[in-house]
Amino acid sequence: MIWNEKYECMDNKSKKELQVRRLQNIVKFAYDNVPFYRRHFDEIGVKVDDIQELKDIEKLPFTTKTNLRETYPFSMFAVDDDEIIEIHTSSGTTGKPTVSGYTEKDINIWAEIIARAIVMVGGGSKDIIQNCYGYGLFTGGFGVHHGGRKVGATVIPISAGNTKRQIEVMVDFKSTILTCTPSYALYLSEFLEKEGFTSKDINLKAGLFGAEMWTEEMRKELESRLNIDALNIYGLTEIMGPGVAQECLIKDGLHISEDHFYPEIIDPDTLEVLEDGEKGELVLTTLTREGMPIIRFRTKDLTSLNREKCECGRTTVRMSRITGRTDDMLKIRGVMIFPSQIEKALLKIDGLTPNYHIIVTRDGILDEVEVEVEATSELFSDEVKVLEELENRIANHIHKEIGLRVNITLAEPNILPRSEGKAVRVTDKRNFN
Amino acid sequence: MIKQLSVFIENKEGRLKKAIDILSMANINIRALSIADTSKFGILRLIVQDLSKAKKILEENNFLVKETDVLAVEIPDEPTGLNKILNMLDKSKINLEYLYAFVGSKNNQAIVIIRVENIEEGLKALNNGDANILSQKDIETF
Repeated sequence: MIWNEKYECMDNKSKKELQVRRLQNIVKFAYDNVPFYRRHFDEIGVKVDDIQELKDIEKLPFTTKTNLRETYPFSMFAVDDDEIIEIHTSSGTTGKPTVSGYTEKDINIWAEIIARAIVMVGGGSKDIIQNCYGYGLFTGGFGVHHGGRKVGATVIPISAGNTKRQIEVMVDFKSTILTCTPSYALYLSEFLEKEGFTSKDINLKAGLFGAEMWTEEMRKELESRLNIDALNIYGLTEIMGPGVAQECLIKDGLHISEDHFYPEIIDPDTLEVLEDGEKGELVLTTLTREGMPIIRFRTKDLTSLNREKCECGRTTVRMSRITGRTDDMLKIRGVMIFPSQIEKALLKIDGLTPNYHIIVTRDGILDEVEVEVEATSELFSDEVKVLEELENRIANHIHKEIGLRVNITLAEPNILPRSEGKAVRVTDKRNFN
Repeated sequence: MIKQLSVFIENKEGRLKKAIDILSMANINIRALSIADTSKFGILRLIVQDLSKAKKILEENNFLVKETDVLAVEIPDEPTGLNKILNMLDKSKINLEYLYAFVGSKNNQAIVIIRVENIEEGLKALNNGDANILSQKDIETF
């Protein structure tokens, strides 16, 4: 099923025409209504009329998270305050939060893209969505809520936390779609088991998992534990929230709603736009947003684009699963490492869970990496030498897979941080000053 | 042959105490214990009176617990006591993983808990040497 065939299955030509028209409009709208953009464009001498084709977007300057912080709280809004009907913010863990303002039309668009996402994973009006994304300033809860209502599904606004209650609701209300972070989904599946339930006791068929990076191995784990299709949802507060892109049941990339968002991939160092298929930083432009138009936002997320028509029938461009962020890339002894690579390596060892914590320290001039992994009853032995062999085996495996020597420390089960929001995977204790 | 509980103890402050606290709160009497420690983790080995209850309560508190088969032998509490037992194992070329001992409440008797690579062979060697091998029940009432 496809929620909006007209826009999800457009032929290439009409799609491009639509995008150019919308791009021209949004650039003019931003220039006319947001002083930041007027200044920003004037500074490098770019004019609204310079945008004649899609490629002309490269003439426009980027918008960064720092720009959004500098305009905190409302200076990026393009409409009068009374037209803003909802406000969300980023978590603000790395500084002042960035604020996102929505007009009624924006909220409708948000609901529309989430509706597409729900239908894309096989959902519809008969479904019961257990929405464990946090309700509040975080976009996850309300985004899914708006979209769930649009398709006529039943939304359980349970929000994050209170795992015991989540399980009770999941079993008793027969939820069919689960929306949360993948790490919380894993925690829920462990908790289910602990409470004596199996996947036979629940009715879930699909999960919309996002707000943090995860791997194909984690997908397999979640799918077998919960007997579901585990699908990737992508979005960010600055642009809209979840639903900017969604994976379909083919599981080969996330469909970007191109009628509302224009994606580019750039080299984060040279800032040049890369070819389709090349991996780089995702840059997004909102094509229809009223409350807060965003031009060429640097997401810091690393992915690549695939414009081939998908087997599901949709023609929208697909982005690959996010494989890293330009800012959580770890440089260890000069080698670029992403936490997801370590996760991938760990999941290839039987008996290990995808719960891990990477600690980076620097002893003198040498970086040291410690990876805490949870011991499981399957792996636990009464003998010291067996456990030490296990630690070595894991370390060797990681070395073989990603070429990095790490120290493995076994941790007790269920004590590594499992957050209800974003999982904390890395603690970098190096002092770079 | 008796059952020993082995508990994984992470190398973090307070973890050993937590395990012991849990057992004490559940009113479980520890008959003997030993700790194997490395720089990164420890293994707490316990002989307790109510094994299944102890296992359950520890697991409920997220500890990794494993039942391990070990040999328990009563020896006279005197200089040659342990030596005799070790000789029996040595003669049959039984590899010893670890052992620990405690003094029982009976007069002049000690108990050695022995973990060997091959428990059947170990049992045979001790039987042949006429060692006083204790059962689970013996241990619980010792």
